[in-house]
Amino acid sequence: MNFRLLSKRLLFLLMVVWAASTITFFIPRISPKNPVRERFAELARTGGFSPEDLEVIVADYSQRFGLDKPLLQQYGDYMWGILRFDLGISLNKFPKTVMQLIYESLPWTIGLVFITTILSFILGNWLGALAAWPRSPDWLKNIATSFVLFQGVPPVLLGILLIFFIGFKLKLLPLGGAYSIGTVPDQSIGFFLDVLRHQLLPGIALVLGSVGGWVISMRGMGVTIQGEDYVTFAEHKGLGPRVIFRDYYLRNALLPQITGLALALGNLVTSAIVVEGIFALPGLGTMLNSAIRSNDFSVIYGIVLFITIGIATLMVIVEFLYPLLDPRIRHQ
Amino acid sequence: MSSVTLSNTAIRQPNKVTLFFRYLRRNPSLTFGLLIMLFLVIFTVHGLLTINTKDAYPLAVRPKMPPSFQYPLGTDFFGRDLYAAMVIGMWQTAVIGVFAGALGTIIGTIFGFISAYFGGFIDAAITSICQILIPIPAFLIQVIIAGSIDKRSVTILTMAWVVLLLAWMGPTLVIRAQVLSMKERQFVSVAKLSGMTSLGIIFKEILPNLLPFIAAAFIAQVFQAVFASFYLAIVGLGPVREPLLGNTIWSAQTQGAFFNGWWWWPIGPAVAMILILGSLALINMGMDEMANPRIRRSE
Repeated sequence: MNFRLLSKRLLFLLMVVWAASTITFFIPRISPKNPVRERFAELARTGGFSPEDLEVIVADYSQRFGLDKPLLQQYGDYMWGILRFDLGISLNKFPKTVMQLIYESLPWTIGLVFITTILSFILGNWLGALAAWPRSPDWLKNIATSFVLFQGVPPVLLGILLIFFIGFKLKLLPLGGAYSIGTVPDQSIGFFLDVLRHQLLPGIALVLGSVGGWVISMRGMGVTIQGEDYVTFAEHKGLGPRVIFRDYYLRNALLPQITGLALALGNLVTSAIVVEGIFALPGLGTMLNSAIRSNDFSVIYGIVLFITIGIATLMVIVEFLYPLLDPRIRHQ
Repeated sequence: MSSVTLSNTAIRQPNKVTLFFRYLRRNPSLTFGLLIMLFLVIFTVHGLLTINTKDAYPLAVRPKMPPSFQYPLGTDFFGRDLYAAMVIGMWQTAVIGVFAGALGTIIGTIFGFISAYFGGFIDAAITSICQILIPIPAFLIQVIIAGSIDKRSVTILTMAWVVLLLAWMGPTLVIRAQVLSMKERQFVSVAKLSGMTSLGIIFKEILPNLLPFIAAAFIAQVFQAVFASFYLAIVGLGPVREPLLGNTIWSAQTQGAFFNGWWWWPIGPAVAMILILGSLALINMGMDEMANPRIRRSE
């Protein structure tokens, strides 16, 4: 692979990470709000200690979190922390670090996001390719077009409608939660199926909300490829429509779609965070929700930074994989 | 089939309104989008004229009432008339969307112009800033900004500003690309040769030709702004006191509306939001087709 391109991409990744972490560092510090004071003022209101002690506690915590040092030194410490995957300590669940909390909820979100991304990628591209294929039947094209209509609707709203119709009216699937109340998490198949049942509605909501984008871009790609010489040539060679569709048309149309995969993943993560909140699923989204509700700022900033860096890294990885898939780029 | 008869009347050029309606017939997504939007506008305006604004805020009516003749959309746990709340919420959504959308488009257009017209270092700086910011999920940064503002002082306009801060990159890149291609067209060279000033060329030659793209970018921005403010509100970062559609869904969810059987509480705002975003997406698709007929769909 081209070494210069590689280093350029890595530099770009570093720039994105640096920009994201700088924004997450400076915005809260520009604002006049003092997160530590706010958090403990809330505790003081609900009772627990007297308001006079508030100042002492705030001063102590500011020192412990390094908030009394000069801004530049704080920035340096913060950046050094990010390099070591240290995102600080949770204000609310005190002894736990933000990283520990993220590790606890990450598997849930990854499971939901990866499965739905892959499903909607396959479904959307397949439908999009069929919609642009002249020989496919009309009803298939209509199905593909109807998915396009869902494209503008956020998955959360589809989720609410799904909860209402399937969970609430028909009582087919649970309204929310990770597993049925009263079950004890274990390694059994029964528990696994229970979890799956609870993940079904949010999964469907996310897939329905993201298929439309793939259908649109794949349909556009398909139309372009039909005019290519190699497709005409394959037809004249007398190859069957199935072979042309699979080996000449789909394969070539699919390539550019892979570049969009990382960007789509970014959008889906955002949607998944919100969907998790509505379905009360464990995961980064619910963690973010509860952090927002309890003013746990280090957790809010930590999650945001973690997801941003994760998505930027995935985007660069996809770009590295691309030359491996497309020989035309590899040999340039 | 039927025989063709030539009429004797002189051929009249149809007026602009007729032409517009004829165009709409060819562009179904624009038509549907505009129709839904028209319905929403009538609903909101009619609502604003008939409701008592106080009913949209807590402790105004009897709580937890299912939809009835008196309260068409029911009332919620806090004693808000959900119909009044929806009307106010739609109005506020419109304010956020139009404000952030318009400002984002204007800023984007200006940056796009500067970037494309002057080129060189300025162009490189603006485009690389856009490219670095685009992979960062805007929603997450907005969470940080909205979280850093004092919750009690968040208003509808603050929401619009938060959304706006990360909403100018899209139009910047679109307008830049268009200006770049337009700069090389012949009519610009002709204008240059005939001694027009740079400002004259920008305002009299390039800008009028860009209008369809700017309009399309505006609709896209309104869509993004409504979407972003909805997401912020639904995770609980909206202006807590206002009946913004996302806020209503958020409070329904935190009170366990479905578990308690108050299904009407989140459903109304959800359907309203689907209609708003759906019509904006349809209009956006239609505008794209209008601005760039070459990407017409192949159906």
